[in-house]
Amino acid sequence: MAVLIVDDSKAMRSLLRHILKGAGFEVFEACDGQEALDYLQRTHEINLVLVDWDMPGMDGYAFLQAVRAIPVYHQLRLMMVTAESEIEQISRALAAGADEYVMKPFTRDAVLEKLNLLGILPD
Amino acid sequence: MNATCASDFNYIRELVRRHSAIVLEADKDYLIETRLTPLARQAGFASLEALIAALRANSATSTLRNQVVEAITTHETSFFRDFHPFEALKTTVLPELLAKRSSSNVTIWCAACSSGQEPFSIAMLVREHFPTLRNRVRIIATDLSGAILARAKEGLYSQIEVNRGLPAVLLTRYFQRQGLQWRIRPEIRQMVEFRQNNLAESWPPIPPLDIVFMRNILIYFDLGTKKAILAKIRGVLKSSGYLFLGSSETTLNLDAAFEPISMGKSVCYKLRQNQML
Repeated sequence: MAVLIVDDSKAMRSLLRHILKGAGFEVFEACDGQEALDYLQRTHEINLVLVDWDMPGMDGYAFLQAVRAIPVYHQLRLMMVTAESEIEQISRALAAGADEYVMKPFTRDAVLEKLNLLGILPD
Repeated sequence: MNATCASDFNYIRELVRRHSAIVLEADKDYLIETRLTPLARQAGFASLEALIAALRANSATSTLRNQVVEAITTHETSFFRDFHPFEALKTTVLPELLAKRSSSNVTIWCAACSSGQEPFSIAMLVREHFPTLRNRVRIIATDLSGAILARAKEGLYSQIEVNRGLPAVLLTRYFQRQGLQWRIRPEIRQMVEFRQNNLAESWPPIPPLDIVFMRNILIYFDLGTKKAILAKIRGVLKSSGYLFLGSSETTLNLDAAFEPISMGKSVCYKLRQNQML
């Protein structure tokens, strides 16, 4: 299983990388939505994207919309990992095609339990 | 550890065993320290040792003694914990019960419900997937601790708690934000009856049950208490009923009346045909 972490914070990418590598994922990283989109277009090996909402350039919401508009990515699982925690924002992200949503701050268990809900935790 | 500390830990272990039948192994001494040190401070004692000295001298109130037992026996929980038992409930157990008895009520008991995430998870699952059952399901949730039941009744959770195991779509449907916390909506809160119950003592009247969730609690009891609790479950579980235990718990070698049934990645227990009441 390969995961792409999209976050402008190096510390956040490092934390998520640590959690996901520990769970058996192969981990790749991007700093904003556009870089993530470029990465996806170069390779089809990614199964899951964890994406922040607030980033310079293309933000996470615009990234969600862009990815879901491309049919070849319909099977790709998308999870928002963000400090945005209003119900309206969570609903907007889900309506735009996010499969799950984790609010920062989070625990390791929170991330892994959400991935378990999506049925994509490596054995 | 010095001799006084070892003796203090033994005293607390014995106190907890006497009041709850829960057996704390020696490797759980850290639990005594981490759970009781804040309680000691909150109750005005200079240290954990001072709190234990007051308990030993019988100068502590019975309320404080109960708080000590409750602080030790409150357990980890989360929404849809372990996921697979809830999947079994959705795909197999509730459809089977509904097929057998399309119009009668379904009664579910969550024993050792802690702060309420398990019974509220079941209530949300029923509301989402079994709308015809919504007004016919009775969810009874019990715990030893009065303090944790008060929290459960409030239905108020931190962001860390709602982040864990709860699908985001259910968060948006069944919770309201209240400052930094999240309150469960009344339509879910009202589906659950909370009561205090010590599993190791005699149980108050419990109606015949279709489903029992008693997960991750038997492991804390000694052999005799485990057998006594399973015997009491036999007395309240309907012949068609289902018992869910924690993933590291079993009825094997404890009570031959139950047989394990595999359901996807989960195991539940049913009464053997020749044991039905």
